[in-house]
Amino acid sequence: MTTTIESTESETLRIGDAAVFEQRQQQFGMAGDWFAALQIENWKRYLELPRPTRVSEKWRFANIRFLDELENFCVAPLRAVDEPSLLERSERLSKVSGRLTFVDDNLAAPRTMSPELESKGVIFATLVDALARYPDLVKKHFMKHSPDLGSDKYEALHVALLRNGVFVYVPKGVVVEDPFIVNYWNQADDVAIFPHTTVVCEDDAKVTVLEFQESLNPDAAGLVIANAHMIAGDRAQPTHDIVQNWNRKTLSFQLNTNTVGAETNARGLIINLGSRQARQEVHGRILGSNSNVEMYSLNVPRGEQEFDQRTLQTHVAPKSRSDLLYKNALSDDTRTIFSGLIIVEPDAQQTDAYQKNNNLMLSESAEANSLPGLEIGANDVKCSHGATSGRIDESELFYFLARGIPKHKAQELMVFGFF
Amino acid sequence: MSELVIKNLNVSIGDRPILKDFSLTIPKGEVHALMGPNGTGKSTLAKALSGHEDYEITSGEVLLDGENIVGMEADGISRSGLFMAFQYPSEIPGVTIANFIRAALTARLEEGQNFSAPAYYKELYQHMDELKIDRSFTSRAVNEGFSGGEKKRCEILQMAMLKPKYAVMDETDSGLDIDALRIVAEGVNRMRGPDLGVLVITHYQRLLDYIVPDKVHVMWDGRIVKTGGPELARELESRGYDWVKEELAEPVA
Ligand SMILES: Nc1ncnc2c1ncn2[C@@H]1O[C@H](COP(=O)(O)OP(=O)(O)OP(=O)(O)O)[C@@H](O)[C@H]1O
Ligand SMILES: [Mg+2]
Repeated sequence: MTTTIESTESETLRIGDAAVFEQRQQQFGMAGDWFAALQIENWKRYLELPRPTRVSEKWRFANIRFLDELENFCVAPLRAVDEPSLLERSERLSKVSGRLTFVDDNLAAPRTMSPELESKGVIFATLVDALARYPDLVKKHFMKHSPDLGSDKYEALHVALLRNGVFVYVPKGVVVEDPFIVNYWNQADDVAIFPHTTVVCEDDAKVTVLEFQESLNPDAAGLVIANAHMIAGDRAQPTHDIVQNWNRKTLSFQLNTNTVGAETNARGLIINLGSRQARQEVHGRILGSNSNVEMYSLNVPRGEQEFDQRTLQTHVAPKSRSDLLYKNALSDDTRTIFSGLIIVEPDAQQTDAYQKNNNLMLSESAEANSLPGLEIGANDVKCSHGATSGRIDESELFYFLARGIPKHKAQELMVFGFF
Repeated sequence: MSELVIKNLNVSIGDRPILKDFSLTIPKGEVHALMGPNGTGKSTLAKALSGHEDYEITSGEVLLDGENIVGMEADGISRSGLFMAFQYPSEIPGVTIANFIRAALTARLEEGQNFSAPAYYKELYQHMDELKIDRSFTSRAVNEGFSGGEKKRCEILQMAMLKPKYAVMDETDSGLDIDALRIVAEGVNRMRGPDLGVLVITHYQRLLDYIVPDKVHVMWDGRIVKTGGPELARELESRGYDWVKEELAEPVA
């Protein structure tokens, strides 16, 4: 199941070069005409869609100047990965169901996976392999949902230029106890990558995917346009956790959807530590009754980082619950934006929906923007939303100091306390 | 040199002078009591000694075993061995007592020294038992939702764990019921010894019945105006502060 990697000599083009898409198609044309057609369609869509502007409601408060830089990034060249330290650094946790590790969209090591799960029909494959071996399954689930939160243009770019990723499929009734580990690394300077993770958890199935996003080179400026889609059947229990820790020169997008059926227990967590500027969109859609969907995010921006997070909780069916909690601990000159909307459709009676954004301000010059929202079409619902913002109390800080605890350690403890 | 020497300390809050040429020496091994009417600057002394930024030391010296601590950061002062039991201890949501005291001890470790968790908990529980603090408190957030008396006991617990060279206890007796007062006083008496100097700030003789001071000082308008033995505290208890004022007002010439 490993992909052979050969170096190519041809010049790598920038996203803004007219020929980039065709060159990309010639080099990496992935299996399936439908897939090629989808990529062509999305490239067109990317070119046609207008760039968001400051007045776009879905980009309110965002510093959108970084969008001007995107077309200067090169597409990641195909190359063999030879990075001895990498595998060791990617060996997180000992009890796992499988691992996949990528560097600049190239598979960096042979996939590992529990043979027992394989025999039960569980798929944990690169997108390239999955397209070749399970075309119908991939076609059925690939890019069927969209966050719809403002980054359509960049979602289209993701689909058009992606050339690898992960496809996870857990058949009906199969329980995967240990997590699948996905490591996405970026490395080369000036390069754009398009990590893609689709997780399908069928009825009565259970799976946990842990995704780590990191940079091998702390100084390489990168662009990352990542997508993660979780599709859960009835009574399924999927968990997808992402730790975003790209270097401080990287611009990143994370565009996610979680779509669940009835009586499902789903969780999505994003921890944001890295990136120069990170834009994230998460859309949780509940199509069945008696489901519980948790959407969490913990964010620790430092320096001049900006984290811009937009969320949607859409309740289509009655009697389900969604719980969103986004927490930010802001230091230095950082900015965060949280804009969240709960939509309760007319049929979704007896919905329980919660949305909370809590900010801990560790610095006078940090800025937290909060835009919580509700759009309720049903009359018998329990919804609450809110934002809090607190500063570290000077008298509390003094109490730490008076016990000999240095300021940085005191802040660390207070941040831990906040989370 | 084994003494805490406060020499001609002048402290202002904003533009307002509060301590005026305040001088006091506490040798190690002794317990001194500081008494005085409300608003004379007792807590100001405690805060200024501990390095609080709002209390500006405009002149004077504070020598801790010979080392001047004026101008040092609060955390450095604490680590050099001065402990402050506050009149109004802060609440720290989200940080447990166990983690808080642990961080304070870890900050005192020398290079290469290791922290031993089992030994730490053993000692912590021993002091908690002595101070009649329920062991479940270790996992509660520091002072959050504590009763007044629980907060004061928690201050003494921290003092016992941090083993300072000198301690200033600002009205540790206020808010304590009779039993708690005895428990806290016994805790302080256990720590008493040749390696510790204590300044007890109080309004009441009651505490001094348990913690018998070597010296009693009376403070008035930012400075010490009278010093005596334990009998001075009893005299204040029965006569109030007015006679001190009158004595002061008597023309010297
Ligand atoms: N942080 C502060 N800001 C402004 N004024 C202050 C502050 N702290 C103390 N003061 C003032 O300084 C003076 C001395 O106060 P301090 O708290 O030191 O008195 P005290 O002797 O401890 O009194 P008590 O016996 O009531 O505890 C008071 O007039 C008080 O109002
Ligand atoms: Mg006071």
